[in-house]
Amino acid sequence: MQASVKKHKGARASGSLVDLRQGEQGVLERLELPDEISRRLMELGFVPGSPIIAAMSAPGGDPRVFRVDGSEIALRRETAAQLRIRTSPAAAE
Amino acid sequence: MGDCDHCALARAMTAPEGAGNGRKSRIVAIVGPPNAGKSTLFNRLTGLRQKVANYPGVTVEQRVGRARLEDGHDVTLVDLPGIYSLAARSEDEIVARDVLTGKMKDFPQPDAVVLILDATNLGRHLMLAAPILSLGLPTMIVLNMADDLRARGGAVDLEELTRQVGAPVALVSAARDEGLEPVWEFLAERGAEPTPLGLPALHDVPKCRAWAAHVGRESSYQAPAPPVWTRRLDSIFLHPAAGPAVFCLVVVTVFQAIFTWARPLMDGVQAAVTWSSARVGALLPDSPLRSLVVDGVFTGVGSVLVFLPQILLLFLFIGVLEDSGYLARAALIADRTMARVGLQGKSFIPLLSAYACAVPAVLAARTIENKRDRIATILIAPLMTCSARLPVYTLIIAAFLPERPLLGPLLGTRAAAMLGLYVLGFVAAFLTARALKSSILKSEQAPFVLEMPPYRRPTLRSLGLRLLDRSRIFLRRAGTVILAVAIGLWILAHLPLSGGKIPPIEQSLAGSVGRAVEPLIRPLGFNWKIGVGLITSLAAREVIVGTLGTIYGMEPEAKSLGLQRALRQDLTPGGAVALLVFFAFAMQCMSTMAVVRRETGSWKWPAAQFAFMTTLAWGGAFLANRIVTALVT
Repeated sequence: MQASVKKHKGARASGSLVDLRQGEQGVLERLELPDEISRRLMELGFVPGSPIIAAMSAPGGDPRVFRVDGSEIALRRETAAQLRIRTSPAAAE
Repeated sequence: MGDCDHCALARAMTAPEGAGNGRKSRIVAIVGPPNAGKSTLFNRLTGLRQKVANYPGVTVEQRVGRARLEDGHDVTLVDLPGIYSLAARSEDEIVARDVLTGKMKDFPQPDAVVLILDATNLGRHLMLAAPILSLGLPTMIVLNMADDLRARGGAVDLEELTRQVGAPVALVSAARDEGLEPVWEFLAERGAEPTPLGLPALHDVPKCRAWAAHVGRESSYQAPAPPVWTRRLDSIFLHPAAGPAVFCLVVVTVFQAIFTWARPLMDGVQAAVTWSSARVGALLPDSPLRSLVVDGVFTGVGSVLVFLPQILLLFLFIGVLEDSGYLARAALIADRTMARVGLQGKSFIPLLSAYACAVPAVLAARTIENKRDRIATILIAPLMTCSARLPVYTLIIAAFLPERPLLGPLLGTRAAAMLGLYVLGFVAAFLTARALKSSILKSEQAPFVLEMPPYRRPTLRSLGLRLLDRSRIFLRRAGTVILAVAIGLWILAHLPLSGGKIPPIEQSLAGSVGRAVEPLIRPLGFNWKIGVGLITSLAAREVIVGTLGTIYGMEPEAKSLGLQRALRQDLTPGGAVALLVFFAFAMQCMSTMAVVRRETGSWKWPAAQFAFMTTLAWGGAFLANRIVTALVT
């Protein structure tokens, strides 16, 4: 399903990378992006199932650096919004 | 001038030496992901014996060098572009794939491959091993950054990893020249086809990643602790307030350094040129030949050579920023601003290089995957203030603006004026980008993906090699184009002889040409002498300084005056500002046009670029002259 998950305060079971505040971790579920771009991101470590930590950002919060698979990769907000995550492995089940 | 044959970066090279002309030397390709230390290893193995050129027909930079083995034989090394996979989407990946599979036109297939990976990030980097090993070429896997891995408590079982990948593995630190013996041995031997244990399906990235994880686990790979210093530095450099402040400080420091701190070095070069000119002049009899050598060659080439220290200092700064890892942070900070005009943070790196020279900037734009973003970046790059404009700016500013401190020792009036010109070029570039991106080059915004490499201490060796490369390019230019223009201009300025005597400059051929264009440039506040300079500087911007040196040097009453004083007498303040504005906007560079043609594949873009920039330059200079003249009088 492509529709974005509504955010409920306090009970965020899933969302996108954008929902992570600095220092928070999520587990990547799927990439809702064209194949080419998904592939490139996967080569950089954004493989479904990987834990991702939101790190520092440019002034204003966009783009933000994400720690994934031993690297730090910066993504713009519009791209990060298409990477669906579980904010914690337990919450999703 | 052909296809920019005086700049090494753009020089087309058909094939590496020794390949195909009977003398067969082994060819080994070095391949690896970006930031794995590929170029460091390449530099370590080849030293100064390397060339930078382009692959025939495409725009990807080709670095070829020769490594001398112990037995005296040479191995040809090819430094392939940094890639994450062989999936071949970008031009870089297509070139890497075609070279490795032997499909690159006029380029022989390598006999062996050295795959360099970052040992501190082996899990992800090993993914590239799968497609490389499956090529079937003799391969060595070099794990770089051994020192980092050790320092941060990581480890790997090399023997087991060797068994898993079925190819020799070495753990090295290319920057420290540590553990490279097995690499040298690999270069010397024939090598065998790799025999990895079960490769994954190459098109499936998660499977490749799982395979890499499996190989890492089997080899007891212990990932190192996070880079503490990188985290600490990022908490400053990417701090919401401190980050942009550091960014601005870096930019200001670079400009202040190249304008103020370079001064003593430039004075030194000037003194050396004057001294040798006098020496050589004294050796020659008083004749047209002496005039040609002293007034033509020494004055013309010398007045441009003076700027070598400044240009090298600029490249030193860019080198330090890039090698240290700060440049990626700068791109991150700049991304929002870039997005506002429809570009992206990746355009920042080519555009920053454009401050040094538009030629490498245009080439660097190939890292932008989105073709429209790339063309927009290429089109605006020559509006950024390249180092060839510095000689012109320096001359005019020094002649017309007295030096006074503005912000203590940090910023003087002249550096501020210089900064203003940089801002002018920047604004013009951005407005142009905006116009392009909202009209003919409109596109979906490309996803911005930028890897932040850990901070590293730049090595003197790598910085030294960069500077040497730049010096070569600059000196080759001074020794060819600028020398030719200097001699040509001397001839134009000394003919036709009237009654066997050299004519006054205004009656010479050069004077006639200058006078012919004078009506066109009179509204800008320029006289015919500037006109001659504008014409000769079509070859390269800095040539105008040499030209003016020759022209004013030729006038008997101007000879005793410095060029600055001569200009002060001959140009109104309005004309001086107009000249600065003209140079800020005009496309006076044949090298850039040749490279743009090559990068965009047709003359359409460089022609449009030239027409646009010249119009902008004329209009801007016209306005500047009017405004300044109205303010002054």
